[in-house]
Amino acid sequence: MMRKLIDWVKIFWRTLSRPAVHLSLGFLTVGGFVAGVLFWGGFNTAMEATNTEEFCIACHEMRDNVYEELKTTVHFSNASGVRATCPDCHVPHDWTDKIARKMQASKEVWGWVFGTIDTREKFEANRLRLAKHEWHRLQTNDSLECRNCHSEDSMDLTQQSPRAAEAHRTQLIDGSKTCIDCHKGIAHELPNMAGVEGW
Amino acid sequence: MRAASLCAACLLALAAFSTAAVSTVAVSTAAAQEAGAGLAHMRGAEPIGDRTEPPMMARTEDGAERRVRNYPEQPPTIPHEIEGYQLDLKANKCLSCHARRRTGESGAPMVSVTHYMDRDGQFLAAVSPRRYFCTQCHVPQQDARPPVENTFVDVDDLLSAAGGDADE
Repeated sequence: MMRKLIDWVKIFWRTLSRPAVHLSLGFLTVGGFVAGVLFWGGFNTAMEATNTEEFCIACHEMRDNVYEELKTTVHFSNASGVRATCPDCHVPHDWTDKIARKMQASKEVWGWVFGTIDTREKFEANRLRLAKHEWHRLQTNDSLECRNCHSEDSMDLTQQSPRAAEAHRTQLIDGSKTCIDCHKGIAHELPNMAGVEGW
Repeated sequence: MRAASLCAACLLALAAFSTAAVSTVAVSTAAAQEAGAGLAHMRGAEPIGDRTEPPMMARTEDGAERRVRNYPEQPPTIPHEIEGYQLDLKANKCLSCHARRRTGESGAPMVSVTHYMDRDGQFLAAVSPRRYFCTQCHVPQQDARPPVENTFVDVDDLLSAAGGDADE
């Protein structure tokens, strides 16, 4: 068994290490380039397709629970007409971080296949656990997804209400807290907050 | 055959009744219009069937001054915006600043100690369930003009007018 495997690896290596007999160098380089463009472009296009709100709410788990709740909030409908879609807050915009998040999200496909939260009751039972994942993610990346739009440097504290300005001045600007520490439940309903720090 | 005639009789009775009802309503509306000609309605003088222009929504004061209570038992009004604050069995956004243990960090006034009392006057560790839903009594401050005139007189004004010694 082991010997067979070693033989197979040897044959593979011999083919790889020798120059091609029938194919020209030009065909291999140009062909390799074209194949690379096709593969890379296809990969990114497919990944971007999974990074849209239409993709997220194609599943009823998202459409009937979190999307319905988002609709009532300021991140869906507001005076200026700028709105956030699911990936704006839940997927990092940076490519490397995005790939890492996408790999993590493969577990959500597993959950979809096996119906982990396919009823409202199951979703409510898991709401605290799911919310904690997101709070933890935003706490560890210093609320990166909030800051993609809400920049601390561009925030004019004098235009905020005194109470908001005071909280931002004493806790946000000095870095002792990050957005999600105070702004929980701004886009979806909160889980049962008994026992959560600060509630 | 008998069933059919019974049905017809029923229908006739129903028709008679509804005509009577309609005419009664018409009479009472006319009477009301005559009696309350000067009465202020929220929908103005437009007839019921017509569309009216709804009044502008009042803006909530955010970061406003605290308003003086009109009488000692008045629940204080909320001097800030509370739009989107979750207030249900799962979470109480108000208490995340106004609960006893949160006031140090938030700088918000603590909810009155009476809110920690049960109906037998015993103090509980947390806000009593009967006082949990803040907006049952407390409302945000709005720059809204009252639709009807109000003749309320502050108790101190009443006392000083009567010659008694008011609190101040």
